[in-house]
Amino acid sequence: MRMNGADAVLRSLEAEGVDVAFGLPGGAILPTYDAFARGTTVRHVLARHEQGAGHMAEGYARASGRVGVAIATSGPGATNLVTPIADAWMDSTPLVCITGQVRSHLIGTDAFQECDITGITIPIVKHSWLVKNVEELPQVMKSAFHVARTGRCGPVLVDIPRDVQEAELDFEYPDSVDLPGWRPPRRGHPRQIREAAKRLAAAERPVLYVGGGVLNADACAELLDLAEVGRLPVVTTLMGKSSFPETHELHFGWPGMHGPKWSNWAMNKCDVLVAVGARFDDRVTGKLSSFAPGATVIHLDVDSAEIDKLRYADVPVVGPLKPVLADLARELREAGRPDATEPWLAQLRRWREEFPLRYGNGGGGMMKPQPVLETLQALAAGRDDVVWTTGVGQHQMWAMQYLLCDRPRSFITSGGLGTMGYGVPAAIGAKAARPDATVVCIDGDGCFQMTQQELATSVLEGLPIVVVIVNNGHLGMVRQWQEMFFEERFSQIELTHHVPDYAALAEAYGGRGFVVDDEDDLEGTLGEAMHCGRTAVVDCRVDAHEHCFPMIPAGAAALDLVEYPGEAEGVISP
Amino acid sequence: MRHTLAVLVENKPGALARISNMFARRGFNIESLAVGPTERHDISRITLCVDCDERSLAQIEKQMHKLVNVLRITQLTPGESIEREFALIKVSAPPARRTELMALAEVFKARIADLGPDAIVFELAGTPEEIDSFEELVRPHGVKELVRTGRIGLGRASSSPTTPRRRQLVLR
Repeated sequence: MRMNGADAVLRSLEAEGVDVAFGLPGGAILPTYDAFARGTTVRHVLARHEQGAGHMAEGYARASGRVGVAIATSGPGATNLVTPIADAWMDSTPLVCITGQVRSHLIGTDAFQECDITGITIPIVKHSWLVKNVEELPQVMKSAFHVARTGRCGPVLVDIPRDVQEAELDFEYPDSVDLPGWRPPRRGHPRQIREAAKRLAAAERPVLYVGGGVLNADACAELLDLAEVGRLPVVTTLMGKSSFPETHELHFGWPGMHGPKWSNWAMNKCDVLVAVGARFDDRVTGKLSSFAPGATVIHLDVDSAEIDKLRYADVPVVGPLKPVLADLARELREAGRPDATEPWLAQLRRWREEFPLRYGNGGGGMMKPQPVLETLQALAAGRDDVVWTTGVGQHQMWAMQYLLCDRPRSFITSGGLGTMGYGVPAAIGAKAARPDATVVCIDGDGCFQMTQQELATSVLEGLPIVVVIVNNGHLGMVRQWQEMFFEERFSQIELTHHVPDYAALAEAYGGRGFVVDDEDDLEGTLGEAMHCGRTAVVDCRVDAHEHCFPMIPAGAAALDLVEYPGEAEGVISP
Repeated sequence: MRHTLAVLVENKPGALARISNMFARRGFNIESLAVGPTERHDISRITLCVDCDERSLAQIEKQMHKLVNVLRITQLTPGESIEREFALIKVSAPPARRTELMALAEVFKARIADLGPDAIVFELAGTPEEIDSFEELVRPHGVKELVRTGRIGLGRASSSPTTPRRRQLVLR
């Protein structure tokens, strides 16, 4: 069918089954927005900043398991997408970014709003295309979606000069891709899987160390089966959170810098460590040479480059996790030694009882941050229609510790890049993917102010979210580090509890605003915000002095974990 | 330890940039790099030389494999491959020293590419080690300018080809 390049972009999105795209128009992408105006089944969500659009696409992708789509213009529009692209790269989120580019004959001349976005993004995309000929467009779009979601998921970028959007072609969407250099593994090696099963069957203290790869591989059911077959304890990383039901008796928390003692001890004392779609990130391992020192490592990953990157794998299995986990569970079932791990499980339960998460009651009578999370957990318990997103910092770590997620893709956060400001737009994207769900963004006051403008998107696009600001008036995690590691020389961290007036700001955007400064009001107010059906911001004013514990200082070993030092007020053992 | 890798890539814009960027960003150092066409117009061959341990080499290979434009990576091992390099070397050569330099060139089968009143440009093809030696020997005469292509290599005639056959490409 005869059409121009811009129409071809939209017909391609339709052919890929894209129902929502997030973006913001500008000069070099005008023809594509004209194609939107002429009609498409793709809903366009208008963000207030391209970074917001990018994080929305990420939130959409993480909540739905489908590829997120973000659209921006050339130059500053494209560079504003760089942070979400880097975020998606670090967390392996499938993302197709479409950017306008200046007309072909102007490329390389420093034209208005020209920017070499394919060059800038080389280190943070799986692949990118600068489309120079409109005839290539259908094949490029097909390839972009294919690369984004096959193998290890991640971001790709399609940069389309304005004249290419305007040029005409005979559009036919290809059935297959022509990418001779892109061959992700299709199956794990059976011999390796057998070997892994053999090691697991012989293990006395095994642990499944589960990362975000399991969610990307849609392999949560297979993971659950494997754990139950082998009676294997599971710890999930920040990115792996929600891949395994957290109220399940075999779930033992989250490893790493702010993980509970029992989770880190499980990793440290295990004899067989099975890394499943996890990459031995420094925030998980701490000092690498002291990480799981006695363990045989079985590493399951779709990306062969993760094998031996940081930790030597005794038994590597490279392949898509869904069949790999299923095959491993089958082999293990045949090997059968069902009661072998019971003493180890009992030990883990004892540690969990002995070293619960604790926090104190000091600090001038202000509300503590942890009860905010505990109340949210109580309000959401038993519901399978709540999706959490977070920003980055103390509130994020408390969210990891206190929110128990049983349903896959119900916890959406920025892990690898640690992108402050991720929470609000990601929540909007998640709401677009899951209109049925109550989407709650747990944010910090610092994070919120980085992308708060997207409240307008939330209100006007009919994508209501609840933002719970754990407002300690500070860049809290920075404050904690300055207090612990810089001898309390506080530097540039005070934001104040009251500027801006978050509740009034929410009202100004047409949403609802709430303030809570008394623990007794938490349940009522948070409950009301979650049920009001509108975009709501709950400003929870909490004690700035509270630190996030436990903590393994950067570069320290898991056993050097620092616990809450004082008398415990709240004692939680999930 | 030094390793030579032969990398076949799709002849697409940016392919080299993606590879060199991967090296830079992951902290691997490229000692030499030579790019050129192959027997197929749509495929280029990169020969690159790296000095690293086995573990880094494995990472380099795997990270390169993830690049969409990279078709095949082969390690050229010393016994099973031919490695050559080409160099142009401009050496000061006042008339009194010319005979000595030309005798040296004769030994190395270096040709005189250009001759000036007080300098000679030699061209020399050979193994990288031969070029090192020649460079070393003419250095006392005063090397004014020097350019080397970086090593290129192929598997020996008796070994399997390092170029994927057309059929393999079509079948992916």
